[in-house]
Amino acid sequence: MKFDTPATKNPIDRLAVVGHPVDRIDGPLKTTGTARYAYEHHDAVARPAYGYVLGAGIAKGSIHSMDLAAAKAAPGVLAIVTADNAGPLGKGDKNTATLLGGPTIEHYHQAIALVVAETFEQARWAARRIRVDYGPVDGTFDLARAKESASKPASGKPDTAVGDFGNAFAAAPVQLDATYTTPDQSHAMMEPHASTALWDGDTLVIWTSNQMVAWGVADVAKTLGIPKEKVHLMSPFIGGGFGGKLFVRADAVLAALGARAAKRPVKVALPRPLMFNNTTHRPATIQRIRIGATREGRITAIAHESWSGDLPGGKPETAVDQTRLLYAGANRMTAMRLAVLDLAEANAMRAPGEAPGMMALEIAIDEMAEKLGIDPVQFRIANDTQVDPEHPERPFSKRRLVDCLAIGAEKFGWKARNPHPAGTRDGRWLVGFGVAAAFRNNLVTRSGARVRLGKDGVVTVETDMTDIGTGSYTIIAQTAAEMMGVPLHRVVVRLGDSDYPVSSGSGGQWGGNSSTAGVYAACTKLREAVATKLGLPPDADFADGRVRAGSRDVAVADAARNGELVAEDHMEYGDLDKRYQQSTFGAHFVEVRVDAATGETRVKRMLAVCAAGRILNPKTARSQVIGAMTMGVGAALSEHLVVDRYAGFFVNHDLAGYEVPVHADIPHLDVVFLDETDPMSSPMKAKGVAELGICGVAAAIANAIHHATGVRVRDYPVTLDKLIDRLPLLAREEES
Amino acid sequence: MKAFTYERATSTAQAAVRAASVPGAKFIAGGTNLLDLMKIEIEAPAHLIDVNGLDLAKIEPTPDGGLRIGALVRNTDLAADAGVRRDYPVLARALLAGASPQLRNRATTAGNLLQRTRCPYFYDPDQACNKREPGSGCAALAGWRRMHAIVGTSDACIAAHPSDMAVAMRVLDAEVETMRADGSTRRIALADLHRLPGATPHLETTLDAGELITAVVLPSPPGGTHVYRKVRDRASYAFALVSVALVRQPDGSGRVALGGIAPKPWRDEDAERALASDPHAVVDGLLKDARTSPDNAFKITLARRTLDAAIADARSAR
Ligand SMILES: Cc1cc2nc3c(=O)[nH]c(=O)nc-3n(C[C@H](O)[C@H](O)[C@H](O)COP(=O)(O)OP(=O)(O)OC[C@H]3O[C@@H](n4cnc5c(N)ncnc54)[C@H](O)[C@@H]3O)c2cc1C
Ligand code: SF4
Repeated sequence: MKFDTPATKNPIDRLAVVGHPVDRIDGPLKTTGTARYAYEHHDAVARPAYGYVLGAGIAKGSIHSMDLAAAKAAPGVLAIVTADNAGPLGKGDKNTATLLGGPTIEHYHQAIALVVAETFEQARWAARRIRVDYGPVDGTFDLARAKESASKPASGKPDTAVGDFGNAFAAAPVQLDATYTTPDQSHAMMEPHASTALWDGDTLVIWTSNQMVAWGVADVAKTLGIPKEKVHLMSPFIGGGFGGKLFVRADAVLAALGARAAKRPVKVALPRPLMFNNTTHRPATIQRIRIGATREGRITAIAHESWSGDLPGGKPETAVDQTRLLYAGANRMTAMRLAVLDLAEANAMRAPGEAPGMMALEIAIDEMAEKLGIDPVQFRIANDTQVDPEHPERPFSKRRLVDCLAIGAEKFGWKARNPHPAGTRDGRWLVGFGVAAAFRNNLVTRSGARVRLGKDGVVTVETDMTDIGTGSYTIIAQTAAEMMGVPLHRVVVRLGDSDYPVSSGSGGQWGGNSSTAGVYAACTKLREAVATKLGLPPDADFADGRVRAGSRDVAVADAARNGELVAEDHMEYGDLDKRYQQSTFGAHFVEVRVDAATGETRVKRMLAVCAAGRILNPKTARSQVIGAMTMGVGAALSEHLVVDRYAGFFVNHDLAGYEVPVHADIPHLDVVFLDETDPMSSPMKAKGVAELGICGVAAAIANAIHHATGVRVRDYPVTLDKLIDRLPLLAREEES
Repeated sequence: MKAFTYERATSTAQAAVRAASVPGAKFIAGGTNLLDLMKIEIEAPAHLIDVNGLDLAKIEPTPDGGLRIGALVRNTDLAADAGVRRDYPVLARALLAGASPQLRNRATTAGNLLQRTRCPYFYDPDQACNKREPGSGCAALAGWRRMHAIVGTSDACIAAHPSDMAVAMRVLDAEVETMRADGSTRRIALADLHRLPGATPHLETTLDAGELITAVVLPSPPGGTHVYRKVRDRASYAFALVSVALVRQPDGSGRVALGGIAPKPWRDEDAERALASDPHAVVDGLLKDARTSPDNAFKITLARRTLDAAIADARSAR
């Protein structure tokens, strides 16, 4: 099915099941520990051996020699895989560095060996007995120093320009020119990268924790040099990904190689301390933003430049993306530059581009509003645009940023905000309010599904779509139930298996809308098949488990009485996303308290208002948004992969050192979804929300800290050491 | 993890004898620190002596009005003890500021005192670390030092002691009661339990090989108002950037110990005489030999301001 004209009324609009806050259908499996994750397929895999990954102990250079003798002789060891004995390996299309290093080392903790043993402990013990003689060479690890050497990325759209930014900025009566930095960040999801692999003849059967099954099949096949048809990849449950599991990683490739070498099923999980330097991360950025405005607060010039780094052949963090679209202004330019850094591979993390981009832009907007003496909510509203400012002929499909800001301000009690920074105190706390817009582009992508109607009337959906904790199982079930007119409990959803039709996968907040649109397409076909079977017209009505047309009223199950009906289709897209700019919008409001003495910031309350098309399930959508807000708190206040600029690696490579928020950091979170549908996006009229929720949060918090303290911090995370020298003096009262 | 043998101690005397006589033996209590380190081979004992069954889990009054806390009293139980909460609240607060409820349920009094540093380079076997591997160097010196000590350090090691409880015990003038392999017992002032790194950062305490901690003894309650202020980046489950344990008397005098800034709980009884008149002079005295780097220099200002805040808390609590 092709979606190339705006959606009109369709069976989803009935909203008998879709749009309801139903519980996750996979919830009981998760809360009872019976959902099987990649490392846990004890049912299917008898007697697995355990693989332990050894990571490189240098950041850059080569391996002169590796002495495996002691490791091989260690108890329980079955096999040791290294680049020397693994045979020729390719590199996945989506990988920048190779997944098994040696002799060349591209980054710290790049995998250089897998030890396979009878037990996990034996494998770990033996791995540490491997003696490696390295030839380290100097590398580049510091983005600030590499900035001058950064160049224009070869692909993508590094530069844009409209009008004459230079002159307009120079002529603007009110100007801002500020530089912001965001640090390297780690996905730090709960479930580490993990895989269980076995060889069935020349077919690789692999359970792996991966967001994109079809990409995974392709890159596993390419790396191992086997046909794609010989890879059966399954990823039914994923304990968090955030973009860190978009790509095949060392655990999968090494589990496959280990299973081949040991002639046994092998399971491999990355130990937590390896995850930070072995896998991908969100790269640090340096962002310069210039804004020129009239005294009345109309933006006349806006420029956003961003620098980031990656290994050779890598990509930039597209931190200027939102600035191309978010605010009006006749004269504008954006630019991205990419430096070569010898740290682990930089790649996508929740809302790549906008998440760090909004961290900078939305402080800049706050600073500008302050310079102008205009309320920051009003300043944003005044510079709204309903068309793509770089291509005014392209309207937004739907854009309710102004509503988000206005409704949010009302609900949050923004009116009560003291217009003067550092003006509100509550005992030991300096109190501040902050706001930021939320913005994230909406992506749609081809997605397929197969739907079966069983004799028992049960509808079964099969698609290689993944559920990374987002609720895919549930919204897919809701979609199928709505389309086939059956109750939710009559739908079975099977996900994450490369035997099923190729879906959109989970990433870039495209998964919810795209995968359900694919299910819509398949169900449309199944409806036709049912109608034909029952001798009913194609426009028959499916509801309450029955199919009705004219005076006929038949149970839907009757269509399958003589055998299961199967339909398969996919949704693909025309050019609506070219003709209309599709984005998602929101506004974040935050109240923080900063300890007047120590500079510790604690978030007191948060509100997000989101306009993101039809909300397919308010409960799972809210979960996504509050999760994203929580991650935004981390980005604002603590998350920071610290680069050791001398040794060239992320030092705080465990969850004690890389501080994500804990429960005590997160107050009550409020989320409001505006009632909206976007007929340009898909027949579901939905868009993404899971990444929108993080975009802008950190800036809202940074702005609130400024409002509380009067101190403007432009380098994330906003930790107390960046405030402490500029906090108000403490009044030490006299002894009473 | 290196393979090890294991035994359950049946008496304190026997535990001390075995610890001194079995090569590579180590005590294990809650295991919340030791096991983590064993998994990554930073600790590799050949033999574990499990002390959990010993009769060392009691909290009892001493004849001179103090409190004797058994080495095996769990952090949770110690923090909840009515006598501790009434007479030594700084200790209860310090305990509750540490780790998480699950860890505190397991962690013991002796284990807490002897927990090892959280220096990230110490935890990474690919990095040089004199504490882990004497003579290998100190990767932290050229690296990230935000969580490290600023006083009491040496050119060999700048690691901080991570315990919160120990800071409170230091301000309370605690003593550690031990038993040695020959059956003799002794008391060591907490001030003398931890060593400064000097040229031998791998030697962390003044305990003899195999010496078993049996209890921590607190002298009679110091009175005054007790405050424990722990400053950290997130609200819970993080080690201190700076912490202040304060016992303040109504006249403004009192005692102060700092955590997060030194290889051991940091207190200076001379400097603290200025507490009533000039609290910053106390911090200046405590930090007079500070050696900072750009990423931890803020701890000086932070220590001053945190003491101010602690004093303000004490005043408003009265
Ligand atoms: C994630 C995490 C966060 C933490 N956060 C904090 C924090 O914020 N603040 C804080 O203060 N602590 C924190 N801790 C540390 C925690 O307090 C310690 O791990 C705990 O107190 C150690 O006690 P244990 O009984 O488990 O010691 P064990 O691990 O059993 O032993 C530790 C050491 O003490 C020795 N030992 C134990 N008992 C005796 C004895 N009777 N005599 C002689 N030697 C003995 C052992 O041989 C070993 O060397 C944290 C720990 C973790 C894992
Ligand atoms: S500071 Fe001490 S513990 Fe840390 S690396 Fe240096 S020697 Fe090791």
